[in-house]
Amino acid sequence: MEKARPLWANPLQFVFACISYAVGLGNVWRFPYLCQMYGGGSFLVPYIIMLIVEGMPLLYLELAVGQRMRQGSIGAFRTISPYLSGVGVASVMVSFFLSMYYNVINAWAFWYLFHSFQDPLPWSVCPLNGNRTGYDEECEKASSTQYFWYRKTLNISPSIQENGSVQWEPALCLLLAWLVVYLCILRGTESTGKMEQLTNPKAWINAATQIFFSLGLGFGSLIAFASYNEPSSNCQKHAIIVSLINSSTSIFASIVTFSIYGFKATFNYENCLRKVSLLLTNTFDLEDGFLTASNLEEVKGYLASAYPSKYSEVFPHIKNCSLESELDTAVQGTGLAFIVYTEAIKNMEVSQLWSVLYFFMLLMLGIGSMLGNTAAILTPLTDSKIISSHLPKEAISGLVCLISCAIGMVFTTEAGNYWFDIFNDYAATLSLLLIVLVETIAVCYVYGLRRFESDLKAMTGRALSWYWKVMWAGVSPLLIVSLFVFYLSDYILAGTLKYQAWEASQGQLVTKDYPAYALAAIGLLVASSTMCIPLVALGIFVLRCLKRGDAAPVA
Amino acid sequence: MLWLLFFLVTAIHAELCQPDAENAFKVRLSIRTALGDKAYAWDTNEEYLFKAMVAFSMRKVPNREATEISHVLLCNVTQRVSFWFVVIDPSKNHTLPAVEVQSAIRKNRNRINNAFSLNDQTLEFLKIPSTLAPPTDPSVPIWIIIFGVIFCIVIVAITLLILSGIRQRRRKNKEPSGVDDTEDKCENMITIENGIPCDPLDMKGGHINEAFMTEDERLTPL
Repeated sequence: MEKARPLWANPLQFVFACISYAVGLGNVWRFPYLCQMYGGGSFLVPYIIMLIVEGMPLLYLELAVGQRMRQGSIGAFRTISPYLSGVGVASVMVSFFLSMYYNVINAWAFWYLFHSFQDPLPWSVCPLNGNRTGYDEECEKASSTQYFWYRKTLNISPSIQENGSVQWEPALCLLLAWLVVYLCILRGTESTGKMEQLTNPKAWINAATQIFFSLGLGFGSLIAFASYNEPSSNCQKHAIIVSLINSSTSIFASIVTFSIYGFKATFNYENCLRKVSLLLTNTFDLEDGFLTASNLEEVKGYLASAYPSKYSEVFPHIKNCSLESELDTAVQGTGLAFIVYTEAIKNMEVSQLWSVLYFFMLLMLGIGSMLGNTAAILTPLTDSKIISSHLPKEAISGLVCLISCAIGMVFTTEAGNYWFDIFNDYAATLSLLLIVLVETIAVCYVYGLRRFESDLKAMTGRALSWYWKVMWAGVSPLLIVSLFVFYLSDYILAGTLKYQAWEASQGQLVTKDYPAYALAAIGLLVASSTMCIPLVALGIFVLRCLKRGDAAPVA
Repeated sequence: MLWLLFFLVTAIHAELCQPDAENAFKVRLSIRTALGDKAYAWDTNEEYLFKAMVAFSMRKVPNREATEISHVLLCNVTQRVSFWFVVIDPSKNHTLPAVEVQSAIRKNRNRINNAFSLNDQTLEFLKIPSTLAPPTDPSVPIWIIIFGVIFCIVIVAITLLILSGIRQRRRKNKEPSGVDDTEDKCENMITIENGIPCDPLDMKGGHINEAFMTEDERLTPL
């Protein structure tokens, strides 16, 4: 009799684990950006449609597979068909890539959190230059928050070619982040529970993509979580709850983000007006305090007519302050989380408190998602009898954390952020689409939809609604195929891939081309996970042929 | 005769103090920005105070202890409030070199600011950069202290969990392995009755007792 599989103490623990995995940093820094780019509130229409048509069915499918097969991703797909265990392997590979670079974000969040206990906040003031007569040049050209992010936190090099050395401060924070993750997963997964433009096709594509990645499909984490469920638990209800909570968190986060944008835009606009007033006051020796926001335009007109030569001299330096252009700056990703938010926080009252709360929240989101990721890697490993018979699960967890941490040190070098962007953009995108597509086809057509339906009915006692059957068998695979085709053609048409590099002398980002070895690394990243599926299938086929070849002469 | 001399002196002075003259500095005050309602008006008395402060700063320079208020000339006072000033030497012929004036003002900037209740940003000497106060740097950066605390807590927690895990496993291994073998052999022949495997009801350490199914369908309804 095999050892009993550990179970969640109660269904609520499982739901919380799924929610804490699905609700991650993408809800905070990707969804608000997409809303802003694709028409604000109207982006909710394609988003909700895609949630109902693609997100919920696929989430339910993954949970049902995990709950039925009661194994991690590799074992689950091996049960469906031995040729398909490559899908599980691909899931584990993608999860491994993700865990390598995702924890770096937690490291940065720790760094900012520890620096939040200072007065004034270190990103609110520029450091002084050599002879203490002014501020550091790079900081003057950019802003203090950008300087703190690019120079103090990352110490970024001007291009991806210049590798630099491992920076010890972010390396320490990365080590701490991995120790925290290890602490949480040490005792096994069951302990982790104890967390308009409507006609624009791009809006729909981005809504589909956002739902897809936001729910964390295809990594094997949901299969892993569900495999620890009681067979009778109602995974349909859980799937709906998790996806709804994930989406409402995204919407809530975008409300907060937009109010932060508004605060920052207003502050910058008023600052800009003040700077222009000061410039004009100093150039024309007007009375101090004479120029206000209301009379600025008419005074400018008067000065232009009264002192045309002087005005034309100073005109290039007068910025056109506009609230709309401040609001239009849309940022996503690490730029939003670590630059825009910190800039808004430094101008608030009691900024240390808000800073601590904000980075604590980022850490909770990030670590919650990391736990799901490591569960996706560890569950197949602990399920496999070869490995689990030789090593206790603490040692397996420790080894996985150690290897990921060691490789993750690459992201703490001076060019580390550029490699981080590579992993962030390419490690998971195409591979996940393919993995989920093969998953859906495997369950519906290889295992058989009718057989799966009867299994679920025997397991949970509830019949499968026609809606899910239609989605699984038809609509969702079609959607994924179209997304896949779109992204592939987009990559091919774009030509060479480019990236944003920080230029210290100019104090802003410049676009550069990736060098050849970086392109090779991207190709390797995508290929190593997608090729698992056909290669493992081929490998199993060859093994079987050999076995049959050995058996034939005996028979 | 005296009038002629007076006019000559003022003429020479006028030449010495001019916008962009040699060794002249422009000063800009933003009194309303700094003090708001409590702003004072800029009049000749304030100018006298300014001349006095500049003379005071120059008197601290080793060779210039004889500088008088009359040696400081102000001109081109605007509404802003901004004006130009020069410091002339006792012979009243030429202006003192800019470098000397610059270093003297820099050394006494704080006193000058305080005399007018202003600061470096609201009382500007163009072309005389002020020495900015460096941010206070504690000997050990604060973040390392907090990092150290959290790091130690996490390490202690991990060690405790690992030790308790090892202790649990040692307790399990203490059961004689012989009993497990015979039990495994028995379980290979499971009799099934009514769909329920007939596992013996006696307690086996750490095994699921299949007789007590959690799923409701497996039990025969009454």
